[in-house]
Amino acid sequence: MDLSNLTIHQINDLLKCREVKSVDITDSYIKRIKEIDPIISAYLYNDFEEALSNAEDADKIIQKNSDFPYLTGVPLSIKDIFLIKGKRTTCASKILDNFISPYDATVIKRLKKNNYVFIGKTNMDEFAMGSSTENSAYKITKNPYDLNRVPGGSSGGSAASVSADLCAGSFGTDTGGSIRQPASLCGVVGLKPTYGLISRYGIIAFSSSLDQAGVIANDVLDAAIMLKAAVGFDEKDQTTRKLEIKNYPEIVKKADKLTMKGLKVGIPVEFFSEGLDPKIYLKIMEIKDLLKGLGASIVDISLPDTKYSVAAYYVIATSEASSNLERYDGIRFGSRFNEDKNLQSLDELYKKSRELGFGKEVKRRIILGTFALSAGYYDAYYKKASLVRKLIIKNYKDSFNNVDIILGPTSPTPAFLIGEKMSDPLSMYLSDIYTISINLAYLPALSLPIGAVENPTKKGGVLPVGLQLISPWATEERLLSVAKVIEDEVKFREKYTPVM
Amino acid sequence: MNNNNYNELHDASHSFEAVIGLEVHSQLLTKTKMFCSCQNIFGKEPNSMVCPVCLGLPGALPVINFEGVRLAVKAALALNININKKSLFARKNYFYPDLPKGYQISQYLDPVSSNGYLNIETDGVEKRIRINRLHIEEDAGKLIHIGSESYVDLNRAGTPLVEIVSEPDMSSAKEAVSYLKELRDILVYQGISDGNMEEGSFRCDANVSVRRKGDEKLGTRAEIKNVNSFKFVEKAIDYEIGRQIDLILSGGNIIQETRLYDSKENVTRSMRGKEEAHDYRYFEEPDLPPLILDEEFIEKVKNSISELPQSKRKRYADEYALTSYDCEVLTQDKNIAYYFEDLIKVNAVNNKGKVEIKKIANWVINDLLFALKGIENQPALKKGNMPEQEDFFNLILEVETGNINKNTGKIVLTEMLLTGKKPADIIKEKNLAQVSDEKGLEGIIKQIFDENSKELTDLISGKDKLFGFFVGEVMKKTKGKANPKKVNEILKNFIEEKKN
Repeated sequence: MDLSNLTIHQINDLLKCREVKSVDITDSYIKRIKEIDPIISAYLYNDFEEALSNAEDADKIIQKNSDFPYLTGVPLSIKDIFLIKGKRTTCASKILDNFISPYDATVIKRLKKNNYVFIGKTNMDEFAMGSSTENSAYKITKNPYDLNRVPGGSSGGSAASVSADLCAGSFGTDTGGSIRQPASLCGVVGLKPTYGLISRYGIIAFSSSLDQAGVIANDVLDAAIMLKAAVGFDEKDQTTRKLEIKNYPEIVKKADKLTMKGLKVGIPVEFFSEGLDPKIYLKIMEIKDLLKGLGASIVDISLPDTKYSVAAYYVIATSEASSNLERYDGIRFGSRFNEDKNLQSLDELYKKSRELGFGKEVKRRIILGTFALSAGYYDAYYKKASLVRKLIIKNYKDSFNNVDIILGPTSPTPAFLIGEKMSDPLSMYLSDIYTISINLAYLPALSLPIGAVENPTKKGGVLPVGLQLISPWATEERLLSVAKVIEDEVKFREKYTPVM
Repeated sequence: MNNNNYNELHDASHSFEAVIGLEVHSQLLTKTKMFCSCQNIFGKEPNSMVCPVCLGLPGALPVINFEGVRLAVKAALALNININKKSLFARKNYFYPDLPKGYQISQYLDPVSSNGYLNIETDGVEKRIRINRLHIEEDAGKLIHIGSESYVDLNRAGTPLVEIVSEPDMSSAKEAVSYLKELRDILVYQGISDGNMEEGSFRCDANVSVRRKGDEKLGTRAEIKNVNSFKFVEKAIDYEIGRQIDLILSGGNIIQETRLYDSKENVTRSMRGKEEAHDYRYFEEPDLPPLILDEEFIEKVKNSISELPQSKRKRYADEYALTSYDCEVLTQDKNIAYYFEDLIKVNAVNNKGKVEIKKIANWVINDLLFALKGIENQPALKKGNMPEQEDFFNLILEVETGNINKNTGKIVLTEMLLTGKKPADIIKEKNLAQVSDEKGLEGIIKQIFDENSKELTDLISGKDKLFGFFVGEVMKKTKGKANPKKVNEILKNFIEEKKN
């Protein structure tokens, strides 16, 4: 029996009635990874021995208890940006090539408490900088819907691993769209929670004020299950908040299309302008009509300052990154490139290690951020970008006075071809044009697969399209409920599967 | 240079004045480090007091130590500095192997406190030195150079510091030292810092410039780094003032630079010029929320401040009529001052007899402090080594009431310090009580007269010097326990009798 195309809640049902064991499920995934991943390259590395041992432990717990956490015995993949004690964590960078983490990220600690099965670390853009996973120092991950196309990024390995059924779900991070955009391109659900909802402790920092861990899942209920396991105040991360932990899975199960009646759905004019693929536009309009048909009222809104969001984002994110990445100096951990015995000074050692350790995009962003923070330029760039950020926050706040939820596309285009945008960083940056402002505003957003468009380069093939839902601060339950209603209507999983 | 020239130069130098501002870094006496829970402790095995946070490992995040905040606020309040209810942490970015994250968490645009002052006294002249700011930051680690190799010890990394920046209000090296001493006294008194300059827990950088008297405009300044004693601060500043005046008089220009003091040669040497100065690229620390202090907290800290040494000195002089020397010595160390004050309390409440306060002061200054210094291998002036206040007061009473004489008193004190026994017990055990009983003393004196009949005849015939000889003989016979007053009385009476 192939047990590797199930959702988490389906796995949980099977484990609960003891029809199968976690070891069987894990074994199915291992077989599939061995077979399929050489084509997809979603993983940077797997530890099958560890996975089976996790599964055995989970089976023992399942045997002894009738009630156990949802994630017990569920094989999950983890973006290689989360630290797992005793495991290699590279962030897809050469500079951390030999880095073995001495401690667990808080998210990992919580997953371990939930008895999850760790099946492998997924590929990503180096230090999460990129939108295609092509910036990995190790490999290029392919989109399961078309092997010539990118899975999106930076959590491209995670999205591909879920889409291709190489795990039951994946944890990723989203700084400017790094969960939602690849989820959209790979036809899976991606949720970026409110900033501060999930601890960042033990997650390698790219841009501290924008980074947020989140989930990539097969369906909305799975996303809710994974979210609940990871959220909560962490005394090790002072940007987490002490909020009531909501029972997201139960809320999702109760989601009802009748509750769409009277729901005020905002359609921001700025998200439907130039640059949006017309076929995607039509798909999003179908959902708008669907909701309208269910009794929701559609409100046209404007987020006027979001047109500055890409510019503000690239100042703030690169500035913070330039500082966050200073610790990679080859002195205490990671790669030290000093084979060249002619190195004359400490400065040369730094330079050599960073020159050989970092990839092109990472260097580009370090240089941008260093410039933006330099004496004499701070006011013109960083300070101004911070002011723009405040305006964007206000745009959203004002809008949410009138609407309950905002709807738009996740990505302006479906999955693009490998190599298509590598020579043009600006066009790559624009693939996050609809996702970035949400990180700047600290808000939660979810990408839901709602259909597919024809693949122009593959006869008979399709490319998934994602819908983005945005809700007010710390209202993930609203995102999930609305997404669940739409999901039940469009039935994406029944209609589309990757063909590899 | 001939003499004439020298004199001209020497006279010319009198037309200059120095302008000095000080930056003081003081470690705080917290149990744990500023942003992690590692112990804040000196002298341990290298790299044994470290964790992911202070090692700057990927993914680690800082957490504010509120004990550090409390001590910083206490320091600010003790220095009359205004507390800012909202302050921000900032990153100061630079590369150095002892700085694990590649940035130091500090405060920049919005420090925890700003605008204060400290009154100092130099050669009897009072002056108010304005303080620009006091802010919180973390210390770096240490480099240890052995031969051609360098080692990094990160035990110190993350130790809480306050940086206290004065305005350039000092005009001589002596004033700078008065300011430093006063500042250190206050911090040590309030239990904020141990003030140890040699171990580097209290450090000072001096900004020195000179200008012609009457000039409004400040001269170009040089910053002298890390001078590790009061003596060297004075010497370094004096040298630097002389160097700058000489340079100007010989037609040169002062350049803005950082200079290091070489205590062996007593010179300052250029370390780096303005061109090589770091651009620290300060920006708000995104991993930490703003530091918000409420009125209640500030009030609580204010109430925890004990009387400052300056006001103690004034009070001792006014209330107890002590000399300025006495006041100085008694307040040098807060433990001595508190001890002295405790003795005054014991004196007030006890019912065995009262002692003049001047006498109590003399006992502390001349006897107790002297005895403490005399005890080998006992770190002097540590609280634990002092006798119980009650016991020490009883010792003073024993002497003042004539039960033992002053010399015996000193012996008893040493014994008390070494054994911790009570004075009455020591006197009894060692049979040290004075022989005041007249009959007994008369007997002894008669016996001495018999043994020294020649000297007695000489004394009677007018050789008054021999009176002392007989007192000495009595002391010898009584092993020093005779009450000298009584001995004098009896001797005088006998001799008068014999003369008649």
